[in-house]
Amino acid sequence: MTLTVEHTTMPVLGRLPVHSSRAEQIAHIAEAAKQIRIQDLKLVHHAGAGHIGGDFSAIDILATLYGAVLDISPATVNDPERDRFILSKGHVAGALYTTLAAFGFLPVEDLATFLKPLSALNGHPNRNKVAGVEANTGPLGHGLPVAVGHALSAKLDVSLRRTYVLVGDGELQEGSNWEAMMAASQYQLDRLTVIVDRNRLQQGATTKETNDLDPLPEKAAAFGFAVVEVNGHDHGELLDVLSAVPFRPGKPTFVIAHTHKGHPISFMSNNVAWHHRVPDAAEYQQALTELARYDRGRL
Amino acid sequence: MVHTSIADQPRYDCRDAYVETLAELAEADHRIVGVVNDSVGSSKLNSFRKAFPDRLINVGIAEQDMVGVASGLANGGRIPFVSAASCFLTGRALEQIKADVAYSNTNVKLCGMSPGVAYGELGPTHHSVEDIAWLRAIANMRIIVPADPIETAAALRWAAASDGPVFIRVSRMSVPKVYAEDYEFELGKAITVRDGSDVTLISNGTVLWRALAAAERLAEEGISARVLSMPTVKPLDTDAVVAAARETAGIVTAEEAVSGGGLGGAVAETVVQHHPARVSILGFPEFAPTGSAGYLLNRYGLSPEGIADAARKLVTTGT
Repeated sequence: MTLTVEHTTMPVLGRLPVHSSRAEQIAHIAEAAKQIRIQDLKLVHHAGAGHIGGDFSAIDILATLYGAVLDISPATVNDPERDRFILSKGHVAGALYTTLAAFGFLPVEDLATFLKPLSALNGHPNRNKVAGVEANTGPLGHGLPVAVGHALSAKLDVSLRRTYVLVGDGELQEGSNWEAMMAASQYQLDRLTVIVDRNRLQQGATTKETNDLDPLPEKAAAFGFAVVEVNGHDHGELLDVLSAVPFRPGKPTFVIAHTHKGHPISFMSNNVAWHHRVPDAAEYQQALTELARYDRGRL
Repeated sequence: MVHTSIADQPRYDCRDAYVETLAELAEADHRIVGVVNDSVGSSKLNSFRKAFPDRLINVGIAEQDMVGVASGLANGGRIPFVSAASCFLTGRALEQIKADVAYSNTNVKLCGMSPGVAYGELGPTHHSVEDIAWLRAIANMRIIVPADPIETAAALRWAAASDGPVFIRVSRMSVPKVYAEDYEFELGKAITVRDGSDVTLISNGTVLWRALAAAERLAEEGISARVLSMPTVKPLDTDAVVAAARETAGIVTAEEAVSGGGLGGAVAETVVQHHPARVSILGFPEFAPTGSAGYLLNRYGLSPEGIADAARKLVTTGT
């Protein structure tokens, strides 16, 4: 199989008018998430590689952020006052590239180069090659410290720009995250929001079997964060929470987004085998069929 | 005429020049911030903290976070000068230096304090002799090893004015002034601090003055030693190295670092590829035993006499 430009047919979604209703925003996010999933499935199937399980776990969060939360657009991608989004779980680069393409940061046809020799679209994102990428991530436990540094810069500038960082739950086993959380709390970075993609699966097993993170809410609270739990596939919940930060003045926010790896595909969802498995022809067709039925975030 | 040796000149702790220059730079440019891992005292940054209380970011004893935070500060338009004991900065945060600073190409200035064997009797856990070899392996990283307070200040001014990642060693072990006060740092350029035609001594950091003192001794014996100051280990001034290989009988490198992979390694790689010549590499080949910094330098041949010995051997026996 070869990924070609014919496999990159996603519609580009603009930004909604400023005063759109909540219902309009949710519909916009749902449509984006559906299109991003269909495109990401094509990307992984035709490229023959990728991390589709984690991609599908994170896409509703990405679609919400870029569709209705982040103050950033292709025109302001280098504006110093833009909001920052840092993808710490860099292995879901395919989901990020597809999201950036959906919102016009990246030409959709560029997705055809994903993982190909000399492509800007490496298996992990590179800020120097792809507009909209804020940090070169891939090794785990790097994004949160970088996000803390950015949030500190905003505080020094007395700026209201916000910083969002998406971390995997397995990734929280890296100690650097907890170093960064202590500093975020010490510096009262309430414009910083950490989103945990809490799919409870890491590469080869559940987090519980590997190095249990629970009680995660209590741990984050003990580190000085305002903790909120949401359904990470519910666009309304995500929109409400991610738009409303900070919840507690002086405290950074820790959003535990409960998700399923591979969501919403029946044979992928919550199945550890789909960390980086590539769907074969039959699986690809079935997944496409399921995604076609998927509407407004529901099957 | 009374001949005075460089060995008899007054000595200075380069950290004083560091903090003085950083304060001047910060005064002139609001973007400059310090980032430390509790290392305010050991980096001599108390006066900086007093002058710029909001601009000294102390993340606590957390080096990975320190370097990641610096990368994020740079993303927000700041110019962070990370100041921490070189052993912990480079050893503990090596992957952050690779991914968040060098590969991300963020405008972060990494300042390795008290490098080499400055911590003496505290032992190899606190020695930072590996830092240069580790960072040399990372693409897009520039490595500067200043030899005196004048060069330390000049390198800092250069770093503040130029975009991109850099690692600067800031010596704790006191050194005499090698350069004139009007010295200006130029990245990637060797400086011929003493001309000579028989043999070349290439050095930097705390060992440069010792190489100059070695050349004084050799001159008394009729051996003309060229002394090249090589403050930039990466990118290396390969032209100066090749010229030395071509024009003199061989090269002795002397540095306060491991004897493989640092300045000596860089010089040897250049010579074997462009103009094969004898290279004698002085440095630390093993974990150092207990001893003061001065004792350890002498023990591993990094004294004026040790460097002169290596040069004599090279000139007389070709090895």
